[in-house]
Amino acid sequence: MSSLQMPKIDISILSKKDKIVSDIGRIINPKNILSHPDELRPFETDGLTAYRQMPLVVVMPETVEEVSNILKYCNDNKVKVVPRGAGTGLSGGSLPLEDCVLMAMGKFNKIIEIDYKNRCVVTQPCVTNLAITHAVQDKGFYYAPDPSSQIACSIGGNVAENSGGVHSLKYGATTNNLLGIEVVLMDGTITKFGGKAMDSEGYDFLGLMTGSEGLLGVITEVTVKILKSPEIVKAALIGFPTIEDAGNCVAEIIAEGCIPAGMEIMDKALTKATNDYSKAGYPTDAEAMMIVEFDGTQHEVETYIEKAKQIAEKNNSSSLKVSKSNEERLKFWAGRKAAFPACGVLAPDYMCMDGSIPRGKLAEVLREITRLSKKYDLPVANAFHAGDGNLHPLIMFDANDKNSLKKCEDFGADILKYCVKVGGALTGEHGVGIEKRELMCEAFNDKDIQQQLTIKVALDPNSLLNPGKVYPILRKCAEEGRVHVHGGKTKFPDIPRF
Amino acid sequence: MEEKQNFQTSLDFNQNIFKPSTREEIVEIVKNCYKKSTPLEISGLQSKNKIGRNFQAEKTLDLSNYKGIIDYKPEELYIKVKAGTPISEIEEVLKKNNQQLAFEPNDFGYLFSGESNSGSIGGVVACNFAGSRRFKVGSVRDHLLGFQGVNGKGETIKSGGTVVKNVTGYDLCKILSGSFGTLTVLTEISIKVLPKPETSKTLIIKNPHVKKALDYLGQSLSSSTDPSGGVFYPDYFGKNFILNDLTHDGGLTGIRIEGPTNSVDQRIDRLSKELALINNEYSVLDNVQTEIFWSKTKNLEVFKNSKSNLIRIVVPISETLQVIQKLKKDDLNYFIDWGGSLIWMAFDHLNSKILSEIKEITKNHQGYYTLIKIEDDFKASADIFTIDPIKYKISEKIKKSFDPKRIFNPGKMYTGI
Repeated sequence: MSSLQMPKIDISILSKKDKIVSDIGRIINPKNILSHPDELRPFETDGLTAYRQMPLVVVMPETVEEVSNILKYCNDNKVKVVPRGAGTGLSGGSLPLEDCVLMAMGKFNKIIEIDYKNRCVVTQPCVTNLAITHAVQDKGFYYAPDPSSQIACSIGGNVAENSGGVHSLKYGATTNNLLGIEVVLMDGTITKFGGKAMDSEGYDFLGLMTGSEGLLGVITEVTVKILKSPEIVKAALIGFPTIEDAGNCVAEIIAEGCIPAGMEIMDKALTKATNDYSKAGYPTDAEAMMIVEFDGTQHEVETYIEKAKQIAEKNNSSSLKVSKSNEERLKFWAGRKAAFPACGVLAPDYMCMDGSIPRGKLAEVLREITRLSKKYDLPVANAFHAGDGNLHPLIMFDANDKNSLKKCEDFGADILKYCVKVGGALTGEHGVGIEKRELMCEAFNDKDIQQQLTIKVALDPNSLLNPGKVYPILRKCAEEGRVHVHGGKTKFPDIPRF
Repeated sequence: MEEKQNFQTSLDFNQNIFKPSTREEIVEIVKNCYKKSTPLEISGLQSKNKIGRNFQAEKTLDLSNYKGIIDYKPEELYIKVKAGTPISEIEEVLKKNNQQLAFEPNDFGYLFSGESNSGSIGGVVACNFAGSRRFKVGSVRDHLLGFQGVNGKGETIKSGGTVVKNVTGYDLCKILSGSFGTLTVLTEISIKVLPKPETSKTLIIKNPHVKKALDYLGQSLSSSTDPSGGVFYPDYFGKNFILNDLTHDGGLTGIRIEGPTNSVDQRIDRLSKELALINNEYSVLDNVQTEIFWSKTKNLEVFKNSKSNLIRIVVPISETLQVIQKLKKDDLNYFIDWGGSLIWMAFDHLNSKILSEIKEITKNHQGYYTLIKIEDDFKASADIFTIDPIKYKISEKIKKSFDPKRIFNPGKMYTGI
């Protein structure tokens, strides 16, 4: 584990472990409490595997009342709680603390209602993203946000992180596809925000909760809208001699008024790696490769594909292939979707960054990443949700070599700082978690962060729910959030404080 | 102390209405009000100021001078403006680049003053009322990319940015959208813009029956023809539309289809077949007529010059028919938007008994209401917005976190908030 600072451990809680287990055993079925180290091991990390910590105890409630009673108990007894869905998050949002109760929501795994008339699905939070689509696809519907982990990630986790995906460009992220949630606050209050109706009365708590990374409440039910599947979907695979050409093509397609369902770019390194891995038939000699996909009715899709073709040719495309069948289209995507495992072949470990930038800055940012790659002497491959400016550099390193991990962290931090510098954001869809926590000062000033912490304190005065995530620890304002600080080392020590 | 001196040099604090033209002035005004616990009414272009509860404010912060486009990048699909910028000015600029605000902000001017006043961008965000495209593209809140504002302590805060994908920290854009100026004075707003569709056409189905209309709408919204508007006007309002291809003067259902021209024609054709319409039962409005029809809809022009009270009711589409049947007494003074989920209903007279009935009915049908226009005699005692006790408590806490002394629009949404 790297030099990551977490909130101060409450020794008195550690010493009360047996009592806590027996107290919670009166709230839920004791069989749903795990406390032996062997049982806790699977919960020591999430999708950000570079960081590991065993929790004090794991609880697996089965009803919203149990969630409420556990939270109330923990609130009354000042016990920290870390909520966890499927544990696929890439920013360490459900990394346990040594003195925490890890609330694993895995037993909330049922779809409650499919309502075609209102075009929505009401589900428990630990149903996977893809299971929602599977449940409605026989009637020709689907759930639009499609994070690449959709086969495993939970819908509750999607809400907590406001997950996006390849198709966010046209259909938005989780927050734009959500109608309602049931949530339990740290004091045990059970409430519903939104429902099957659009928008809601009063303040938009649904919007506030979405993307709050488990700091404001535990989600126990989710209502999402479902869409009618498009009549046809077509994709074009386009090679470009330079990154600039690809970047210009993206900007022009958008400016022309075509909004593709998805528009992805990969650099040469990743194109080659994924092609070797999945034999997707990619133009490996191209400096940049683009997949652009349109969906809708026959005429609409054909019109847009033709337009995209013309724009690509104008921007010096070196190769261009339009899918002739759904099988061929899926083959185009197979390589892109195998980007992670393909990098896994190239290096022992990789870290996936998640910056967001204005589309027009693509070439500039990629040049900077190349420069940094040389500076840190670590290889990098770039995947890019080009349509909405979301960049995923995959930095390759060796986690067993401490120096290599440190270099990787510094490299990642430099990329994200550059994203902010050109007018972008630290994270487009993976969340801040622990990974980018100390970088928040790049995007926000003291007052901005203070305002957010004041909201946190309003709903969780003792800062017991998922502490140590999202907000920087070694800062003046963190005191208001009641996050204790000790020691001196931080993950990104070279970042200026304010 | 230094700040106070600066303030005194730039503004006269004895006046009751401030019309700042810089953010620094806004900060000074709010700081001063915070210090003295002076309630402050936040106002824009007066298009929606009558929506909300009556409340007392010693001072008014008029943002109509705080206007202008800061940055517009058509290829990045965003525009960044000062909060007091008129919607009409923004729409004009976007039009030159063939772009638009896809959420179709309502123009409440016709309702309140008989003529167009679409208000300012700050007001539109503060109210979060979206037009007919709501069910397809989302509400105002879904298009707000970022903001800068001044909280109740006079501190400048920001959230979001100008890129569409951004999950850095809590999404304060959402909590401020629809907060009716009770949390923060918005100063700068970055809003997503989208290309205007090449063609928009409207399938008009002549039918007077709400049940049939809701069937048409439900079926259309669940079809792959991908409509971007769905509205029903009963007989009472049918005569309000005089268009070349709309000679029928009774009840009508309108379904809008947008996109590339050939695709629109194909989809309109398909939809009319899916709905099993026969030839003399429907007509199709072209681009120009479509624009007029939907502009009249989002601007509530059928209620222009009406003396009645107006309620905005949102329910799941499955509940709409029952809600209308329960609410509708003798008159037929309502229309349905958002493909069946939004009911605009006028009442000649309202009293607390009728209102509590409405509240009960909308709540039982999983929806909510907002009183948009209401007779003065009743306004002081009426619940303009609904809320349950748990959410009220949470709202109190959130209000306090932004505006600890309750100086911004105190009581505009709820007593004590």
